[in-house]
Amino acid sequence: MAEAATPKKKIEEVPEKLHVWPYLVRLEFLCALVVIVALTVWSIVIDAPLEEAANPTKTPNPSKAPWYFLGLQDILVYFDPWFAGVVAPVLIIVGLMLIPYLDVNPKGNGYYTYHERKVAIWVYCFGFLVLWIALIIMGVFLRGPGWNLFMPWQYWDPHKVVALVNVDLPYAFGFRDYTWSAIFGGAVLLAYFGIGTGVYFFMERKAIKSVGFLRMFLKIQLALIMIGIVIKIVLRIGFNIKYIMVTPWISV
Amino acid sequence: MANKAPQIPNIAELMDKIKSGKIFSEIAKEITESQLWTSSFRHGYADTPRNRVLQIASNVWLHLHPVKMHRHALRIKFTWCMGGITFLLFLSTVVTGVILMFYYRPVGEYAYYDMKYLQYDVPFGMLMRNMHRWAAHAMVITVWLHMFRVFLTGSYKPPREFNWVIGVFLVTFTLLLSFTGYLLPWDQLAMWAVTVGTNMARATPFLGNEGPFAEFVGVTPRYDARALLIGGSLVGPPALLRFYVLHCIFIPLIAGALMIVHFWRIRKDGGISGPL
Ligand code: HEM
Repeated sequence: MAEAATPKKKIEEVPEKLHVWPYLVRLEFLCALVVIVALTVWSIVIDAPLEEAANPTKTPNPSKAPWYFLGLQDILVYFDPWFAGVVAPVLIIVGLMLIPYLDVNPKGNGYYTYHERKVAIWVYCFGFLVLWIALIIMGVFLRGPGWNLFMPWQYWDPHKVVALVNVDLPYAFGFRDYTWSAIFGGAVLLAYFGIGTGVYFFMERKAIKSVGFLRMFLKIQLALIMIGIVIKIVLRIGFNIKYIMVTPWISV
Repeated sequence: MANKAPQIPNIAELMDKIKSGKIFSEIAKEITESQLWTSSFRHGYADTPRNRVLQIASNVWLHLHPVKMHRHALRIKFTWCMGGITFLLFLSTVVTGVILMFYYRPVGEYAYYDMKYLQYDVPFGMLMRNMHRWAAHAMVITVWLHMFRVFLTGSYKPPREFNWVIGVFLVTFTLLLSFTGYLLPWDQLAMWAVTVGTNMARATPFLGNEGPFAEFVGVTPRYDARALLIGGSLVGPPALLRFYVLHCIFIPLIAGALMIVHFWRIRKDGGISGPL
């Protein structure tokens, strides 16, 4: 499509700047035609779903949120609703808004490059493709009744028996007393964020001057939270660990 | 000019004109120099650089474009055309949505049956509903892809930080638009998806009745963040009305206004980003 901009007859030199009319407007027009035709065909061929009338006394199993929120709904397996349903979305929105203010790498502005900004690309692709898109795909196709995992060839058995073997991290470490469990859990969390932040600042100590303390601090906190979500998923699936810290008010 | 008697055309001359193709330019001249035409369009018809500029600058719809742009910004490989397609899909939902509004009443007793009526009795009702729904779903996907491309090209870097922030608002409102619309068919799918979604608000720290620290604030199931959202303690007719108003008036207005700012900023930030 790049050629669309080039006049057919080669006239002297090709100018760097082009008139929007006709070069861009005609492209937009063509693009719009294609999209509208595709949308119309799609709408003729496939009907929007309409199930039976809403019935508050009949809860379907599984009850799924709209597909674009299924990543968040899946995080509910690993986190309490206050995090998966409220804090995580807020963090995603705020984190996204902060990207231009945290990423101070001047390179790679206005062109595709992987080599000049490897970390940034990795972080975004991981967040978007794995934590968002992959979880949505899983939520749509693999989550069945009781929000249990089913392979595509498996029957969605609403009576599937799942052993409840989850324990909390302090319990796994032998803590039986509520207060001490809470203190232990809190210490683990503090250590995770504290050590993570410390290591990052030590490794990047030369950058503190140029990048700024606040920037680096926010960057590493957001990164640690993102990694923390993955760690909790792994702990849960691999080791049946439910909570890291349990208190009467809030559990993580 | 107005008082000239109509001339009887000379057949031979006319045939000549048709054969040579001159007839087209003559008709074009006749039309583009008429009062009707010149009063509607504020620029000449001839393809001159000046008119190319005026075509954009003197047209209220087109003037959100710059009049000139860098060659690289035309490349579909660069922009994937995703921002433009997102906007087009938004416009499609506005048009089809207004048509749906003619037939749909956001009332517990009627909503579902209005959907049935739309599907089976309204001419092209099913098509309008399908287009509205699929365009909305597609818009969610294209806006994510647009954001992905903007990230990959590093186009959020100075001077475009602010437009990225507006973009994050836009993607949020796109999702909220889709979500509020999801309830309106008032079928099982709608009611339970929205129940699952809005149940989260119950867990809002401090403000949800099941959220952490709620006991210090004193919120109740009938008086917390979720109740504010759905007008009660479960997804019922008040939620339907609330979502309808949010979906058809409040969110589209805000999203539309933000889109205008978004487009304006693209121009003010020096057009589409590119290697400089
Ligand atoms: C309703 C949603 C949106 C619409 C209609 C929209 C529309 C557009 C359009 C038409 C462009 C021109 C270039 C292109 O097509 O790629 C553009 C550019 C841009 N958009 Fe969006 N956009 C939306 C959402 C977003 C989001 C979610 C973000 C990011 C968070 C974003 C950030 C940007 C930026 C930074 C540019 C400038 C790109 C550059 O200079 O290369 N927009 N937008």
